[in-house]
Amino acid sequence: MAKILVIAEHDGQALNPSTAKTIACAAEIDGAEIDVLVLGASVAGPAGEAAQLSGVNRVCTIEKAENEHSLAATFAPQIVSAADGYTHVFGPSTTFGRDLMPRVAALLGVNQVSDIMSVSGPHSFERPIYAGNVIVSLETPADAVVVATVRIASYKAVAGGNSAPVESLDVAAELPAHTRYVSTQAASSDRPDLQTAATVVSGGRALGSAENFDLIYSLADKLGAGVGATRAAVDAGYVQNDLQVGQTGKIIAPELYFAIGISGAIQHLTGIKDAGTIVAINKDEEAPIFEVADIGIVGDLFTIVPELTEALG
Amino acid sequence: MEKILVGLKRVVDYNVRVRVKSDGSGVETDGVKMSINPFDEIALEEALRIKEAGGANEVIVVSIGSSESQQQLRTGLAMGADRAILVSTDSAPDSLTCARALLQIINKEEPGLVIVGRQAIDDDNSQTGPMLAALWDRPQATFASGVEIEGDKASVTREVDVGMETIDVDLPAVITVDLRLNEPRYVKLPDIMKAKKKPLDEIALDDLEVEAAPRITHTTYAPPAERQKGIMVDDVAGLVAALKDKGLV
Repeated sequence: MAKILVIAEHDGQALNPSTAKTIACAAEIDGAEIDVLVLGASVAGPAGEAAQLSGVNRVCTIEKAENEHSLAATFAPQIVSAADGYTHVFGPSTTFGRDLMPRVAALLGVNQVSDIMSVSGPHSFERPIYAGNVIVSLETPADAVVVATVRIASYKAVAGGNSAPVESLDVAAELPAHTRYVSTQAASSDRPDLQTAATVVSGGRALGSAENFDLIYSLADKLGAGVGATRAAVDAGYVQNDLQVGQTGKIIAPELYFAIGISGAIQHLTGIKDAGTIVAINKDEEAPIFEVADIGIVGDLFTIVPELTEALG
Repeated sequence: MEKILVGLKRVVDYNVRVRVKSDGSGVETDGVKMSINPFDEIALEEALRIKEAGGANEVIVVSIGSSESQQQLRTGLAMGADRAILVSTDSAPDSLTCARALLQIINKEEPGLVIVGRQAIDDDNSQTGPMLAALWDRPQATFASGVEIEGDKASVTREVDVGMETIDVDLPAVITVDLRLNEPRYVKLPDIMKAKKKPLDEIALDDLEVEAAPRITHTTYAPPAERQKGIMVDDVAGLVAALKDKGLV
């Protein structure tokens, strides 16, 4: 029987929504018993949230001062120690998981399955490669632990209402001092989180400047939407990196996505292919974005976007 | 530091639209343009800049793959690397095997820093860098968009989901680089000529006595489900009507 350990992502206060989606993936394995591991300095908040998630059998916590920040070199040996007896160790395919899980896999002596998008069996999975242009089906060896990251845009968060027991784990692991957290520069925004927002408004290089991105913010605020951007817009300095959508940014699955002044490079499209409805606004009728858009409008974004914002009022 | 080691992977060029073979056994690579993984190119550029600023004496590029990977190593030498090592194998090595092979090279060369791309654009795995750091029992700084070498430490700015994170690591360490770290230089013709004279050593993967990793088997390759082309509207009124039609606004 599959015994799955899910590594929780959190900021010390609250559980990141990626955890409930990782659990949803784990729950696709028939008869899986799912435990959640929460590492941190003080994790009562996130551990309590994890205990409420449907399908969770048990929440384990490892509280140490050294765990205040999620450093892969510090977390990995503790996870390896806690993973004893589990058939699977899953984490989210966020920067947290992408940093941490391969380190865990190497210490356990296995290859990792990155970005699971669908489960066919305890050792059979599908994942995207080549920026999502190819889907590969794969089999992991039946006699080895499966270490994987979950493509969270492929899953809907499991519901709450559970009350799993929370237990503190005492693991013996030597923790390195060679890696030290210094600081985080987080963009503060009152807008919905890009990765969980039902509607996302994204802008590309055609916006032309950071000031012009106000058009995107205005439309987003009218819709109660999150804001995203292409790599080109981030490279040009219009917005900070945390808004980037695509192969090396965030992979998202909103119900409604506005691609504004975005040509539709494959590296961007891979980040939005699971969106419900894609609206494209672009002055170039040949732009590849129109090949995937559900609703397209050819024209000058500087005219259309303010008009649209007004019309939605 | 004396040496910086940079990993270069030969991949299908960034601009190629890849196609799945009709029998689903893999991806079409015959006659397709191949290049250095763009992230690895950024890794090499960073190593060269550190060397040029006096932070290192030698930059070594390493590739693991078929003998054709020599082309990418030669490009790396033309960019400015001092020498190259090809770990040759005809099979497509998995991440853990690559990490174990790189560790063998590290044990021999004893670099002060290893820099690789955050992921390869073919398998999009994002594994080899952190795996190598784990096996080497050294720090990792992934998704780097800023690297400052200060004596036997590095201060690395990382692009993470919430924004930017800065960590300090003791050297030696493994850094994996993100797109905004730098812009790789263009190779000039005289450099290509010069690169032909630089040393390129070849060692068979089998001779490195790397422990075999449990293999993940790829059973079938398929194109993704296509999104259907939708409707075009003429104006904002048409757009709002279409959105209302779908119950989205």
